[in-house]
Amino acid sequence: MGNGQEMAQRTTGNKEVSFLQDAPGSKEFSCVFKVVLLGSSSVGKTSLAYRYVKKDFQDSLPTVGCSFFNQCVTLDATTVKLEIWDTAGQEKYHSVCHLYYRGANAALLVYDITRKESFEKAKVWLSELEKEFLQNEIVIILVGNKLDLSEEREVTIEEAKEFAKTNCILYTETSAKSDYQVTELFVTLAHELLELEQQKEKLRHTTHWKKSRVDLQETASRRMKCCQK
Amino acid sequence: MAADVHKKGGDVPNGSLVPKDGRHAERSESPTPGLAQGTEPGAGQEGAMFVHAQSYEDLTSTENPDATVQIPGGREDAQSDQTKIEEISKDFSKLSTQLTGIALDLEEEMRQSKEDKQDLSPKASRRDSVLSGKEDEGVSMDAWHMHQKHVFVLSEAGKPVYSRYGSEEALSSTMGVMMALVSFVEVQKNAIRSIHADGYKVVFVRRSPLVLVAVARTRQSEQEIAQELLYIYYQILSLLTLTQLNRIFQQKQNYDLRRLLAGSERITDNLLDLMARDPSFLMGAARCLPMASGVRDIVSTCLQQAKAKSLVFAILLAKNQLVSLVRKKDQFLHHIDLHLLFNLISSSSSFREGEAWTPICLPKFNSSGFFSAHISYLEQDTDLCLLLISTDREDFFTVSDCKRKFQDRLKKRGVYQALLEALHTPFYSVSQVGIPFLRHFIYKSKSSGLFTSPEIEAPYITEKEKERLLGLYQYLHSRAHNSSRPLMNIYYTGSHENLLAWVTNAFELYVCFSPLGTKAAAVSAVHKLMRWIRKEEDRLFILTPQTY
Repeated sequence: MGNGQEMAQRTTGNKEVSFLQDAPGSKEFSCVFKVVLLGSSSVGKTSLAYRYVKKDFQDSLPTVGCSFFNQCVTLDATTVKLEIWDTAGQEKYHSVCHLYYRGANAALLVYDITRKESFEKAKVWLSELEKEFLQNEIVIILVGNKLDLSEEREVTIEEAKEFAKTNCILYTETSAKSDYQVTELFVTLAHELLELEQQKEKLRHTTHWKKSRVDLQETASRRMKCCQK
Repeated sequence: MAADVHKKGGDVPNGSLVPKDGRHAERSESPTPGLAQGTEPGAGQEGAMFVHAQSYEDLTSTENPDATVQIPGGREDAQSDQTKIEEISKDFSKLSTQLTGIALDLEEEMRQSKEDKQDLSPKASRRDSVLSGKEDEGVSMDAWHMHQKHVFVLSEAGKPVYSRYGSEEALSSTMGVMMALVSFVEVQKNAIRSIHADGYKVVFVRRSPLVLVAVARTRQSEQEIAQELLYIYYQILSLLTLTQLNRIFQQKQNYDLRRLLAGSERITDNLLDLMARDPSFLMGAARCLPMASGVRDIVSTCLQQAKAKSLVFAILLAKNQLVSLVRKKDQFLHHIDLHLLFNLISSSSSFREGEAWTPICLPKFNSSGFFSAHISYLEQDTDLCLLLISTDREDFFTVSDCKRKFQDRLKKRGVYQALLEALHTPFYSVSQVGIPFLRHFIYKSKSSGLFTSPEIEAPYITEKEKERLLGLYQYLHSRAHNSSRPLMNIYYTGSHENLLAWVTNAFELYVCFSPLGTKAAAVSAVHKLMRWIRKEEDRLFILTPQTY
């Protein structure tokens, strides 16, 4: 339990510092990020989203297709808008799930700590994501939910941590029911997203993208000449 | 066409419903003789929103052409088959009263005969079945036998797909027997439709690759039960599409379909419950939320204006009642598809949070593909639900924007409050009609596919009494639509109420009177009722549907 919290805090701390150093002038800067919740059925994806967005908990019925939420997070200098796509865990929707995670900036792989097979399923989701995304294209956090039921735990912290470490993804444990680490999870996520964005930004500035860019003006004028002939 | 014939209000100055095309002369004695379709009260001015559908249209077409072909065979064969079938039905009636014991010998026999034929083993890979979340109602328990209507869905390999009560695992052997019955008859190039025994009706509907079976003790006719089974079939298609379903079973005949349907059992449960109490299904029509036509027209216009290229249907509804429906020109919705959508929305509270974006197949529109449905409530605590059906699954943000535009327009044009007020009175009282011994009625306009019905009031207060009333309507409906002997007028005298049914080309009317009235009074009351409906039609129906 304590380990998960530690981890989240550690990452949060780092990001804050680096963020402030790197982008002091972007006070008004606001970004929109697409976050997708993935995992097998009844692990608590909807409950996590509901807890975070509505600050409440209720027993929910299986999601049909996908639910969409908007939530803004204000970090020290930036307002980040999270578009949260809460997918259905049922198998019949798996064929369409790639539609939901396409173009995502972040994915939360949710499993139920009291059900081993949901952890295995999260691993499958990770490999699905790896097919679609490059390593530094997407922020992935492995989330063990239902910490309030830790007495019935089937997935140990160690094995989840080990798995997260070998796959270079973040890991935390939460409880949507008792509101443990849910907001922290999304705040961490927002920080991670901002940092990734800044890295990309940097990359864009350092590479000479201007030279390789397609100049629409140029193409257009060339075409014009063609037509005039 | 309808607009030419029927000018709203203009041709009915004194409430007479007689069309002015001269056809009334010879039959002026009977009330509103044969209103031409499109001129009855409730008929839309710009044509219908729905596909015109016949009652039991799916059942009248042959579901399996080669199965109904009679086989040439000796009389002896036929006779021995006859006795065999009798034996089986005897076994089955035993089953329907005590479903615990399995006719093992029968199953054994069937398995052998099947193995000769093809590789359809009902026992195969039952182990990998997923646990269903249903509470375990033991098959042997009495409660299980007490249910009025059981519904089972199984695959052609005899694998359980769905059971309304009890767990599918515990019933797998029972379902095996059902499949045995079906395939036994099919071997003879015939099709089993129903078994009637001991107050039970066992109805079979075969829609490859599925078999649906109902065991009912209700007053419903075989046709009606079969129709309900078809709804269940379409419900499954709406989640999977027929194409996917066929592909799955082509690849693996003994596939456990429950894996794919997991989590949606409650949608099917809800559909069965809804069919038992909502006359929409019986009528094959949709009920509109009563509201001032001016408000409805503005709402429809707002909905129509919030359009997007990919939108096919936009539906605003409140508690299974239609507020407005806008469709793409030349695209018609089938009432079955609409009912499935209504059921989907009413069976899940999760749509109240956020915006849902889900693939959905409208099986009567097109059973091979998915639409994308955007489902959201206008405000979390109202019952107004907006359903936007798009052809483009990538179009979420455009469609979501349509919802926002629609809401903005509603508020700008100041009808949102009026709309909320209409929600307060979703039903009207039958006393508004002003006929003292009139208790309840259902009126359906055939050309618009819409029906109206007042609130069910005393003495039908408890759920059970309400269902009994609906049961009576079901009975009249089945008599009126009996395929071998359809009836136009029925007057039914019971000890608790008198009922009258009147079915024409243009409308269907079912009326419930107190048991003290006379037949003559009932007939003249119907006159008056029809006039009232005509007077109120712009409040009770959607007369000016919009298109994109």
